[in-house]
Amino acid sequence: MKPKARSLHYGVLAEFDTPQQLVDAARATHDAGFRKYDAYTPFPIEELADAMHDHQNPIAKIVLLAGFTGACIGFGMQTFANLVHYPMNIAGRPNFAWPMFIPVTFECIVAFAAFTGVLSMLALNGLPTPYHPLFNCPNFSQATRNKFFLCIEATDPKFELAETRKFLEQLNPREISDVEN
Amino acid sequence: MAAQNDQDKSMGTKSLVPIIGPGHTFASVNDKISAIVLLRGTSFGWVVGFGIAFMIFMMMLMSISYLLFRGVGIWGINNRVDWGFDIINFVWWIGIGHAGTLISAILLLLHQKWRTSINRFAEAMTLFAVACAGLFPVLHLGRPWYAYFLFPYPNTLGMYFPQFRSPLEWDVFAVSTYASVSLVFWYVGLIPDLATLRDRAKSWIPKTIYGIFSLGWRGSARHWHRYETIYLLLAGLSTPLVLSVHSIISFDFSVSLLPGWHATFFPPYFVAGAVFAGFAMVMTLAIPVRWVYGLEDFITDKHLENMGKITLVTGNIVFYSYLMELFYGWYSANEYEQFMVHNRLFGPYGYMLWALYFCNGVMPQFLWSKKIRTNSIWLFVISMFISVGMWLERYVIIVVSLHRTFLPSAWGTYSGTFWDWSLYIGTMGFFLTLLFLFIRLLPMISISEMQMLLPEAQVPHKEEAHEA
Repeated sequence: MKPKARSLHYGVLAEFDTPQQLVDAARATHDAGFRKYDAYTPFPIEELADAMHDHQNPIAKIVLLAGFTGACIGFGMQTFANLVHYPMNIAGRPNFAWPMFIPVTFECIVAFAAFTGVLSMLALNGLPTPYHPLFNCPNFSQATRNKFFLCIEATDPKFELAETRKFLEQLNPREISDVEN
Repeated sequence: MAAQNDQDKSMGTKSLVPIIGPGHTFASVNDKISAIVLLRGTSFGWVVGFGIAFMIFMMMLMSISYLLFRGVGIWGINNRVDWGFDIINFVWWIGIGHAGTLISAILLLLHQKWRTSINRFAEAMTLFAVACAGLFPVLHLGRPWYAYFLFPYPNTLGMYFPQFRSPLEWDVFAVSTYASVSLVFWYVGLIPDLATLRDRAKSWIPKTIYGIFSLGWRGSARHWHRYETIYLLLAGLSTPLVLSVHSIISFDFSVSLLPGWHATFFPPYFVAGAVFAGFAMVMTLAIPVRWVYGLEDFITDKHLENMGKITLVTGNIVFYSYLMELFYGWYSANEYEQFMVHNRLFGPYGYMLWALYFCNGVMPQFLWSKKIRTNSIWLFVISMFISVGMWLERYVIIVVSLHRTFLPSAWGTYSGTFWDWSLYIGTMGFFLTLLFLFIRLLPMISISEMQMLLPEAQVPHKEEAHEA
């Protein structure tokens, strides 16, 4: 089977020295109408999400839903076990002793919420991704040290290799490189 | 004096001088922490320390092997005192673990930035302590190969579920959730730093291994955004979790009817005791490590002082609980409760109680002095006393309450045998072995979070920037 034709380039990568320069560049990129772009930093920068208009993410809702599921499963399991599956009379104590079910229910909430949350974070981020075109750029390894990168991707409708390069040059980056696919 | 006050005020909020040494840049923080793993190599001191820890760990394996061969009869437990060293050590280890979660989760939610440099280390300590703790109740089952009976699972016996109305079953859920959620929390925190190590590593073997475990993390801003959300949520979930775990462990005792166990103040008493023991252990480990690896810039005296303060506060809560135990015995007007108090104070194990009061009641009072709180040798000594004291506390609660109960004809005594001690000391070897491996193979301080503490990392909000 022939692989789907991919464009020659993944995008254009610009390298900056400080978080402030990167935030300004990201804001300018968004204002210029680009949408398929991303910034790469060694640590999270709160202001960057604002500059990139990246405000929403569904993780909190997913965690809430998972926690609710955990509560239903935990409490339901104990109720089913004690009332339906194997009722056991221990010195006449009630079978539906719901206060005794709370600790296990609580642990189920936490376990479901935490695991679902982490797995959904990884899934939404597309991790694990052992190979990525950006890793081919020799300088990109500094993205986990002290350099700040902005990449405008070729899938953006406004992307035009020469034009995009020119646009990024206006932002005074330290270096610009084309990322090949 | 006024200048001193200003400095104190700024420590908590804006100024970052006291929690990270001056003159650091993004690159220097990054290089210094990753160099411990990648460039320093294996030092002779590490090999010696690891070797000793590993030998003690082997003693644990030997002790377990003999236990599996002969059964729990080799321990000191008997008909009267059927919870001996195994439950004492279980509660002791799991209490030690709690400081890690407190530092990583609760102090994160409270915006205590000083926690950053000790958080990774304390979380690792949590995991290893829980691993040691988990061994004891499982081995105490007598037939540990049937431990899976404790979980609900489909089987041919027709009884798919364990008894959920028992606190011992709550323990199974609490401890297994705590261990697994702590592991995930720790790993999520490690992902960006593993990517850093992947990018800093020179030879292909560490590059490949760190590369696999970093899951291809590339620091994308869109990834960071989701990452930060789940990290905060995990902290929010771990906070009630850690409080629930030790509360549930205290239910093992307080839900029963035994004098000395059946008391309503047990959950807060146990949680405070756990935090107290845990901070003592963090100090016991952090003080030598920062000295050996020259990390005074990152784990500063300010950290030690703050930990000393938390130890003092929780220590006083614990000591107040000891006094309440005595008061409760008297106020209950119940002859069995009164006898229990008398037996604790002046019975055959009375010396343990007085040693406990000295270790956990008197020694922490030295922490009122700022000079002592900032002196690492003093802190180290006090922490050692606290660790011993917390072990004695569980000994007093478990053994002394059990050995003389309602019927004098059923009284007895208890003492640990060689196999009790070898298993207990062996788990310390297990703990230290894991800790030595952790220090050698993983960044013991969170690199990305330390970089965030630098003033250069702050980007002013857009409106503010325009005003300026």
